[in-house]
Amino acid sequence: MLTHHQPTWLERIYIPEVLRGLSVTVRHFTRNLSLHIAHTVGLKKDVAAAVTIPYPDVPADLMPRFRGMHRLTRKADDSIACTACLCCETACPCHAIDIVPEAVDDSAIEKRPRSFEINLAKCSFCGFCVEACPVDAIRMDTGIYDLTVDAPRELVWGKEALLANPKGAGMEVYPPIDRADLAPRACSNPA
Amino acid sequence: MTGEVVIATVKTLVAVSTLMTLAALLTWAERKQSAVMQDRIGANRAAILGFRAIGLFHIIADAIKMMTKEDYVPPFANRFIHSLAPFLAIFPAIVAFAAIPMGDTVVIAGHQVEMRLATMNIGFLFIFAMASVTVYSVVLGGWSSNNRFAMLGAMRAAGQMISYELALGLAVVGAVMAYGTLDLMEMARAQTGMLGGFLPRWGIFYQPLGFLLLITASIAETKRAPFDIPEAESEIIGCFLEYSGMKFGMFFMAEFVTTVVVAGLLSTLYFGGYQVPYLLADGFHLPFGLFLAVPAGLVPWMQFGSFWVKVVFFCWLLLTIRWTLPRFRYDQLMNLGWKILLPLALFNVAATGAWILARA
Repeated sequence: MLTHHQPTWLERIYIPEVLRGLSVTVRHFTRNLSLHIAHTVGLKKDVAAAVTIPYPDVPADLMPRFRGMHRLTRKADDSIACTACLCCETACPCHAIDIVPEAVDDSAIEKRPRSFEINLAKCSFCGFCVEACPVDAIRMDTGIYDLTVDAPRELVWGKEALLANPKGAGMEVYPPIDRADLAPRACSNPA
Repeated sequence: MTGEVVIATVKTLVAVSTLMTLAALLTWAERKQSAVMQDRIGANRAAILGFRAIGLFHIIADAIKMMTKEDYVPPFANRFIHSLAPFLAIFPAIVAFAAIPMGDTVVIAGHQVEMRLATMNIGFLFIFAMASVTVYSVVLGGWSSNNRFAMLGAMRAAGQMISYELALGLAVVGAVMAYGTLDLMEMARAQTGMLGGFLPRWGIFYQPLGFLLLITASIAETKRAPFDIPEAESEIIGCFLEYSGMKFGMFFMAEFVTTVVVAGLLSTLYFGGYQVPYLLADGFHLPFGLFLAVPAGLVPWMQFGSFWVKVVFFCWLLLTIRWTLPRFRYDQLMNLGWKILLPLALFNVAATGAWILARA
């Protein structure tokens, strides 16, 4: 049975409880205010007076597996790694990815994307596309999260822009991938 | 005659500009103090030429925003009363300050200048009369908006304010009996000197219960947390629902002006008003027979400063309470008002009467 806390007599007359609450807030107030004053005269810089991260002035401290904006990877010969299999487009719960494939004269991969667009206005940054990709062609390890634009259409990123995105500093690939597994194999049934 | 007019004008300008400046600073203090209390930084982005002045420019930014916003009166509202209500909110709040003494009588260029705006011997009644008028602003604002949520908020607000005005008035009756006057200047004068050789003769030592009751009831009167049911921004927004721009700003300013007036009233009734502890007309009479002479011309200005220091302290205390306690539920509010504050106020009146009889 759920029993509610019955206030004691001391709690019901409010005043001791009010004073207890005030002692907490006043303690924080005096501590933080004296720290703020100490900071302005250059003392105690190592003790923070507030938990706030002053974001645009100080960049956010990202975790290594933070899922930021996508980037497309390249193979060892500098061609695009994507084989336009549409796994990521299928896996995407937001229908944010739009791939137009084209045929290539290479029996190992058969297809490559003619265009590869990600609409970041629709993207929920779930990372399913990264997990779905069989050839490690798409990653979210750029660490880019500041996507402020003037118009929604500017949030649609194309193939060249995604290829140009760099890997973020200190970012790690997740899920971890053994690249040796991903070497394109020759088709067992060449035409 | 001309001299008196000039003195009255200068006095009014100084007092009202100090009052409004303090109220404007409170909008900044409210944000900054709550931020410091909650380990945050608070408003600091408004900058002029990259100079931020610990967020003080937010006052100017707010004022510009309020003034330039569209002043929208809903088509279903009663236009005249809808526009009248914010004035009824801010006018009594400012006028109530006229009765509060900011210092003792000073002689300037041969004129006796009393450091308060209105010389009246019913000071405290005047303040409560003005406080009662603010109930109309809430009710008219809610009713004229012709919006059921605004109306509901206005009814809750009126219920709260009427319940707490009773306790507010009765809480001060104890002080009125103890000082034997309704004149706030006389009350402040009665708190000169020392009590038992070391304590300043302040009302708090005669009327501790009265002080607690008055501070509780006056927070309800300023309509701020934990008694912010008139606003209740998290549920029904109350009587301000259909207000925008500077009309909402006036309701908002009225809260801060009332905070300053209440701080002035609390310091006048219970903390010696403009009195500096141990300071008499010729200097500091410290305990154990120590004496520190002060030039006679300086004493009134020290008292003037002392009053504003006390007001700022009580503004700080009221803000601290506002950012510490959550809002009372409506039934808790009514229980506290009618079943606790009112009987305690009556007890305070009876106890003060018994004390006066015992001394006589």
